[in-house]
Amino acid sequence: MKLLYFAWLKSKTGVAEEDLSPPEDVTTVAALLDWLKTRGPGHAEALADLSLVRVAVNQEYARPGDPVKPGDEIALFPPVTGG
Amino acid sequence: MIRVQREDFDVGAELAALTEGNPKVGGLTSFVGLVRDINAKGAGDRTVSAMTLEHYPGMTEKMLARIEAEAHERWPLEASLIIHRYGRLEPGDRIVLVATASAHRQAAFESCHFLIDWLKTKAPFWKLEDTGDGSQWVDARDSDDQAAARWAKTKPDAAE
Repeated sequence: MKLLYFAWLKSKTGVAEEDLSPPEDVTTVAALLDWLKTRGPGHAEALADLSLVRVAVNQEYARPGDPVKPGDEIALFPPVTGG
Repeated sequence: MIRVQREDFDVGAELAALTEGNPKVGGLTSFVGLVRDINAKGAGDRTVSAMTLEHYPGMTEKMLARIEAEAHERWPLEASLIIHRYGRLEPGDRIVLVATASAHRQAAFESCHFLIDWLKTKAPFWKLEDTGDGSQWVDARDSDDQAAARWAKTKPDAAE
C-alpha cells in the first residue's frame, strides 16, 4: 500500500511517501488511520485531530468506513486551499 | 480544458483561443485569482512575501476535470478553461484562471462562479505562506465551504 502525505501532514510525519504493509485486519480508512498513528511520534501528531485530515483512496475522496486494500494509493492531506 | 502548470499564463491569449472559431459563443466570463500580500490569519502586520502552492499530481487534474464536466452538465457551455498554477508565487502573481463561454451571459457568469467556488473546496491544492518570519500552511475557510454549498442547492434554469 502506498501512502502519500501532503502539506503539513508531510512536514509533521516527515515523509512525503512510504510503502507500508498494514496488518490484515486493517481493511478500512478509519482502521488505517488508527494504525498509522502508532507508527511514530510524527505520525501520531499529524493524525491527532482527524477532523483536519482528508483521505483519498486511489485519487478519490474517501470516508472513514471506505475499504482499503493492498496495492491502493492512499493520500492524506489537510482541507484544500487552492484557487 | 484543464491545465495545471508552474508557468504564468497570458489571460488575453487564453480567452481569445478559447472562443476562436466558435460563432455560437455570445458571452465569455473569466475569473483570475491573484496572490494577496495579506496573510490568511490576518494577524499583526506580517505580510506575505511569497507563497508556495503544492498539489497532488494526478488527483488534482482528475478533480478539475470532474468539476469542469459538472459545469457542462449544469449549463449549456460552448467552451471552458481552468488553468491553475503551482510552485512559488509572489504577491500580484496570477494563481488561477477560470473561463466559461456560452451563447448567453447568464450561463457564462453562473458557471464561472460555480467553477471557482467548487475548485476551492475540492481540488487538491495547498498554500504555504511565507511571511518573512517563517512559513505557515493556510487553513481552509468556512466561508469557502459555504460558497460551494450554495451551488448544491441552486439549480440553474438554463440546465432544466
